[in-house]
Amino acid sequence: MSQLKLSLRDIRVRRGRAEMVKVPHLDVLRGEVLVVIGPNGAGKTILLETLALLQRPAEGRVLFEGQPVDGRELALRRRMAVVFQDPLLLRRSVADNVAMGLRLRGAPRSVRREKVAHWMRRFGIAHLARRSAMTLSGGEAQRTNLARAFALDPEVLLLDEPFSALDQPTREELLDDLSDALRDTGVTTVFVTHDRAEALRLGDRVAVMMGGCIRQVGTAAEVFAAPVDEEVAAFVGVETIVHGRLQSLADGLATIDVGGVAIQAMAPGLDSGGEVLVCLRPEDVVLEPAGLGSHTTSARNHLRGIVRRITTVGGQVRVVLDCGLTLVALITKQSLEEMGLGVGDEVVASFKATAVHIIPRGT
Amino acid sequence: MDLIWDGIREAFRIMASGDYSVWEIALRSVFVSGTATAVALLLGIGVGSLLAFNEFPGRNLAFSLVNTGMGLPPVVVGLIVAIMLWRSGPLGDLRLIYTPAAMVIAQTVIAAPIVMGFTAAALRSLHPRLRAQIYGLGASRLQMLWLVLWEAKLPLLAAVMAGFGGAISEIGASQMVGGNLAGETRVMTTSIMLEVSRGEFGTAIALSFVLLALIFIVNLILTTVQQQERRS
Repeated sequence: MSQLKLSLRDIRVRRGRAEMVKVPHLDVLRGEVLVVIGPNGAGKTILLETLALLQRPAEGRVLFEGQPVDGRELALRRRMAVVFQDPLLLRRSVADNVAMGLRLRGAPRSVRREKVAHWMRRFGIAHLARRSAMTLSGGEAQRTNLARAFALDPEVLLLDEPFSALDQPTREELLDDLSDALRDTGVTTVFVTHDRAEALRLGDRVAVMMGGCIRQVGTAAEVFAAPVDEEVAAFVGVETIVHGRLQSLADGLATIDVGGVAIQAMAPGLDSGGEVLVCLRPEDVVLEPAGLGSHTTSARNHLRGIVRRITTVGGQVRVVLDCGLTLVALITKQSLEEMGLGVGDEVVASFKATAVHIIPRGT
Repeated sequence: MDLIWDGIREAFRIMASGDYSVWEIALRSVFVSGTATAVALLLGIGVGSLLAFNEFPGRNLAFSLVNTGMGLPPVVVGLIVAIMLWRSGPLGDLRLIYTPAAMVIAQTVIAAPIVMGFTAAALRSLHPRLRAQIYGLGASRLQMLWLVLWEAKLPLLAAVMAGFGGAISEIGASQMVGGNLAGETRVMTTSIMLEVSRGEFGTAIALSFVLLALIFIVNLILTTVQQQERRS
């Protein structure tokens, strides 16, 4: 059997004169979770609807298991399931909503009853079965929506920002349940989001979409640790992105001057001097109070700085430092309390040379 | 004041006596307007769905035309249908002028734009991505249309009420294309007008009661259905 489940070839989608999506090549592999991440307006939804055969592209071909879909759209749509950001439930009971896709496919009553019961239980909505779908909370409605999709036993599951409209605790719970369901079914999945936490959580591979184009595809680690360019880097969350100039290079270890501060970074691909972008993920920055003496850790970089801002994000704390360059560190609440850090305090920020990602400028 | 009281007394006497002609006229009204409403629903839901779901050049113009049609003066409709069906008119060979069929045609022309307008508004009030979701669940075109209309059934009931109300209460068109022939094309509205012109207020009031009661009953049934739906 082919490894390719769904593929796009030379796809262009237009709205009036504007070209909304232009994707020369994209493959969704059998059994993988491909996360498409990008800012609002990047064309992610159009891409998803094209994959779902809900949009016909102006140009190009959609392939299902390597074969063109033309003329088989309805039959193929019945082998897939789509979940949108809005639950879009019908004015019926929760159970009827979960059963709707099966009914449209003409599944026998006994099959319907069994699958609906199973998936309502898995998504924790069994007790709501007889309730009208119009009376559900946002979280309950999205659970119903997910159960409705999984009840179809789809070969391909397409999800378009299913959790964007939910509050943080509900989102976390649903993310857990979805992640379990994806693992247990092994269904080929395309998950569209603008949230990098969701992407890191679910994605086997991540495709970064901006301005209607796929800019980078790779494993989550590849994409997040080594974004291809400045825009992708800024979007996927490498929070410290500063301009620098390569000063010296020895055995792949580069020394980069960033406004008078020297930073050491592994830069195997770098050949000669010039302007570079220095990218550093806040998770990779370690903080300690200043004045503890010598640093005999393996980290190559130790920058002395002043705490400028402290903000809490989810369960974590973002500390913005002025080290001659602005540096962001992500630490736990516990660490913050133990160190007794406050705005204006002096700290030392450490990070390894291997944690720094260098993007040559002008490429 | 005597005029009024005598009229009302006479009206109850006529209704209680089971005067055949009053009930015959009422039945014909219901039949003609009911048929017209049914045809208008077919046309109106069809065209209304097309208008609501499709982007095409001139869509705004089409909407304006439908909205104009919702306020179409029955006399003008009567005039146009009469010309078309006149013995020497383009459709004169069908010999429909002064028949109930001619009245059904005229009332359909009056009710159809009302149903179209209500249908288009009802469907456009649904979530714009609902259709994509329904297709995404594996619906064929017909299944999608059926589910979407079912979703919009409450406002669609309003379309039925408005269409039937428009048809049964108009007079100009029925008079013109039906001719108010006793036992053939006489309906409640044309009959009331005739009775008033003859000074027979009792019969006119009796018929008006029946007409009002009919419209009330139809709306009561549809409203009850609506309320039950909303509650469930």
